[in-house]
Amino acid sequence: MSTREKAEKRSLWVDHMVRIHTSRDRAAFAELYGHFAPRVKGFLIKSGADASLAEECAQEVMVTVWAKAHLFDASRASVATWIFTIARNRKIDALRKQRRPEPEELTWGPEEEPAQADVIALQQESESLARAIAELPARQRALLEKAYFGDLTHSEIAAQTGLPLGTIKSRIRLALDRLRHAMK
Amino acid sequence: MKNDIKHHITDQMLMGYSAGTLPEAFNILVATHISLCDDCRAQLASYDSIGGAMLGADNDALATMDTGSLAAVMERLEDCPAGATERAPSARNNTVPAPLSDYIGNDLSGVKWRNIGMGVRQAILPTSADATARLLHIPAGVAMPDHGHNGTEMTLVLQGAFQDDDGYFARGDVETADADVNHTPVADIHEDCICLAVTDAPLRFKGLFLKIFQRFIRI
Ligand SMILES: [Zn+2]
Repeated sequence: MSTREKAEKRSLWVDHMVRIHTSRDRAAFAELYGHFAPRVKGFLIKSGADASLAEECAQEVMVTVWAKAHLFDASRASVATWIFTIARNRKIDALRKQRRPEPEELTWGPEEEPAQADVIALQQESESLARAIAELPARQRALLEKAYFGDLTHSEIAAQTGLPLGTIKSRIRLALDRLRHAMK
Repeated sequence: MKNDIKHHITDQMLMGYSAGTLPEAFNILVATHISLCDDCRAQLASYDSIGGAMLGADNDALATMDTGSLAAVMERLEDCPAGATERAPSARNNTVPAPLSDYIGNDLSGVKWRNIGMGVRQAILPTSADATARLLHIPAGVAMPDHGHNGTEMTLVLQGAFQDDDGYFARGDVETADADVNHTPVADIHEDCICLAVTDAPLRFKGLFLKIFQRFIRI
């Protein structure tokens, strides 16, 4: 697949979410599932779940996507980001057996539709972020992946890689700074 | 009020909150601060986007779904009616933001305090054991005992203010102190100070008496 095709495919997921929300479109859901369920399951395995728990949780995450489709706001997050937050919460609940206190929701106007320009801008920014991450040097990317998916704190990363904590922090900061720079 | 916050959550903590790797006690503090601070809310969203970008990427972590997985999920979809909007009722600008009120109730006056000496009172929140969250009530003008840390301590002001070597901290402000920082917070003279303090290791108070004392008050 060319980069452009990939980009088109990714922005399609917003359209899938709209179809799932407005017309309970099962075909759209099946396609979304085909793309995201294996990723969510892989994420949970990387975070320490065994295959059967990861399968069970990934299924629950996808059912939640269907049930909460009306809460997805394309002007605030990409579909991948929204599913990431659902999968992350499931991970904390199922793997770490902890509650996750959530910030208070911002109050919006009554049932306001997000402006189309905001949706396009946010989705484009998500695109460039994904590209920037793909272009990170392998070692920086590996550390970011460990921080997000490996269920490691920074000091645990230090213990695992034998690097001093300060180096880890600055590596992650460097990766983040590069991302911020790439986003400008 | 929201724009007055000067001391924010560190990037490391925001990232940990986004990744879901922090102990529950730290999650409470981060979620409470974000409820009061739009800067950190935006910063958190950008960390969430990194998680999303990595999840959505074509990476080597793709797992194979079990046979019949999609069919099983499709079957469960029957049970979910099209979205009735369930928006959390807004409790904006309450003294106790929602993530904290789940633990202590809506009102600071309802907290069950225990005296820990020098007029200071505390209440420990029920959380997972990997870190401790406590409310501290420090009378106006009173100093907390000089202490250092074995791990990380975060303090979020809910009412009043305190001053220490690192600055002046008022409602919504967060101080993050790592190991080996010794500090003596003093509550502002104008009002009693109530804060949420989170530690991932016991505080180290100076002096033998305080060490013994420490065992009784679970600081
Ligand atoms: Zn902040």
